[in-house]
Amino acid sequence: MAGVTATVPTAATRVFDLADAPVRALNQFLHHELRGSGVQRVEILNPNGAHNIAVGIDHPVTIDIQGHGGYYVAGMNKHADVTVHGNVGWGVAENMMSGTVRVKGFASESAGATGHGGTLIIEGDASLRCGISMKGIDIVVGGRVGNFSAFMGQAGRLVVCGDAGDGLGDSLYEAVLYVRGKIKSLGADAQEEPMTEADLAGVADLLKKAGFPYDPTEFKRVASARSLYHWNADANQEY
Amino acid sequence: MMNKPVELGKRIQREESAGYDRTVLDYIHNAAAHGLYEIRGLGAKRRLPHFDDLVFLAASGSRYPLEGYREKCTTKTVLGTRYAKKPIELDIPITFAGMSFGSLSARVKESLGRAATELGTSTTTGDGGMTPEERQSSRQLVYQCLPSRYGFNPDDVRKANAIEMVIGQGAKPGGGGMLLGQKVNPRVAKMRTLPEGVDQRSACRHPDWTGPDDLVIKIHELREITDWQIPIYVKVGATRTNHDVKLAVHAGADVVVVDGMQGGTAATQSVFIEHVGIPTLAALRQAVDALEEMDMRGKVQLVISGGIRSGADVAKALAMGADAVSIGQGALMALGCNNDTYWKDGSNWSAEADYARLGTAPGYCHHCHTGKCPVGITTQDAELEQRLDPTVGARRLKNYFKTLNMELTTIARACGKSNVHHLEREDLVALTLEAAAMARLPLAGTSWIPGVSGPL
Repeated sequence: MAGVTATVPTAATRVFDLADAPVRALNQFLHHELRGSGVQRVEILNPNGAHNIAVGIDHPVTIDIQGHGGYYVAGMNKHADVTVHGNVGWGVAENMMSGTVRVKGFASESAGATGHGGTLIIEGDASLRCGISMKGIDIVVGGRVGNFSAFMGQAGRLVVCGDAGDGLGDSLYEAVLYVRGKIKSLGADAQEEPMTEADLAGVADLLKKAGFPYDPTEFKRVASARSLYHWNADANQEY
Repeated sequence: MMNKPVELGKRIQREESAGYDRTVLDYIHNAAAHGLYEIRGLGAKRRLPHFDDLVFLAASGSRYPLEGYREKCTTKTVLGTRYAKKPIELDIPITFAGMSFGSLSARVKESLGRAATELGTSTTTGDGGMTPEERQSSRQLVYQCLPSRYGFNPDDVRKANAIEMVIGQGAKPGGGGMLLGQKVNPRVAKMRTLPEGVDQRSACRHPDWTGPDDLVIKIHELREITDWQIPIYVKVGATRTNHDVKLAVHAGADVVVVDGMQGGTAATQSVFIEHVGIPTLAALRQAVDALEEMDMRGKVQLVISGGIRSGADVAKALAMGADAVSIGQGALMALGCNNDTYWKDGSNWSAEADYARLGTAPGYCHHCHTGKCPVGITTQDAELEQRLDPTVGARRLKNYFKTLNMELTTIARACGKSNVHHLEREDLVALTLEAAAMARLPLAGTSWIPGVSGPL
């Protein structure tokens, strides 16, 4: 394939240098040639903030992105374990179904948006709307999360080791949020609740997976008060 | 019988107010009784400037008609030629609009798919994901990507024949969907990852992009995931249509879908339906102007929807510059929406008592939001949905679209066109000042276009 240089001489690793090869060649490889190729690891050099790196993967593979990614890194991921050795733009792991995405640096807006499954780990901070409309994904953020995080979260867990911004968990459905630091404000219908044994075990498990050295008892639980689940309690009144 | 002299003093006076007519009285009485706005289905009910306000000039001394029944008049339509390797190829320029499984029963989705396949046209998913029933029954299925992303997943993206990025809907531009608890049954809840029976409110904004420059990248992502094979549509509710169409083209759309304010919904506040957005007629002209100003006519295809009912509507939309139309409410009516009977076990049965239980009657019903559709269309009720047989439904839909297509070609031939896409603005004039101004067509019998040409 043009522009591809195999700098690591093992059949199980494939290297894409995005300074030479377009993102499309990488994605086409991941969609069509990976399966059955014997390649178990893909290394991506010089990502330089390119958008849509490694989107739509549908096969187990380990991917190392050696630098910063743009929007939608590992978007709609299934099965793959992706590590970004840098920062990412908007919508990292958006709509992920399974697998793991780890960002060593910071993540911009809407990290893990609408994710159905898998685990997203952000070692630094995440910006606005982290986990918006999450549908089953687990997200662990080592630092802080911005305003409106987990907006309309439907299912899954968001663990925040730092502080959370304004409007956390606005209009939540069944997603559950755990915050170690300060919460600037809760969104509509979100409420703090006591941590149960199951919460503590779940958070311990996610922290271990992410490799963060915190004690689960330091976290607060935020979930839906469910007062918006039904349109208007007085809807049937008649005067 | 003996006639009696009339005592004029006892005559009941019925001087109705225009400002406080019975509709307004009913609205105020309801608001006072319930303290809650009305949520309902379907589209704007008020009278609006529409395709009815246009007529065709047809052939004349200077134009040559085609023989109405025999001469060929092609209706083939191709959508998505800009970037997609596999554009959507349709036999007719009339498609089924996006309507969700959840708002409609799975049997209705199957009817739509079967009819679309037999007609050689496309059908569209809705806010709630793709059902196996509609995928299997539809040859050409457009998969919507909505703000909620309910049921949106990469496997179905890869099964789609096109993806429609929905920014807005004509019935409620700026608003998200709504599915009241009675329709969120176990299957619907599971597909949407929601608790059963919850009054579901869909997001009104996309979660992972906010403006046109983000949308460029988002569309690029969908193209990367689908290997640049299938078209990406962008659907907007009609408001600032000229700008929106330009932004959609800028964002990389293959096809722009514009939904006017007459477009339907399964559930929204009636104040939204009646008072937000602009009529389909006005939006269509703005959209065509936008494409012409960008020199993108024919490169990016335009689909118009919102109150398209008849072959005449289709012909007028095409003449004004649309490449295809999309129909939602008309399709539901073809299936029996607002009919006084439903067809089951080989007979027609009265549905009037069921309409009455909803506090309405055939002809007036817009109670899609209740999930208690008396004719079994907009329901998730296991018993009610049996009132629509997918085979019968598919046949009725096919008959309806075939009728529209025949009417369309009748008009096209009369205008001397051997291809329905050759219908042009020159073929149309307006009957009202409003329509003339919005469509920028001459008032019939004059050469006057309000706001464009000089005095009458």
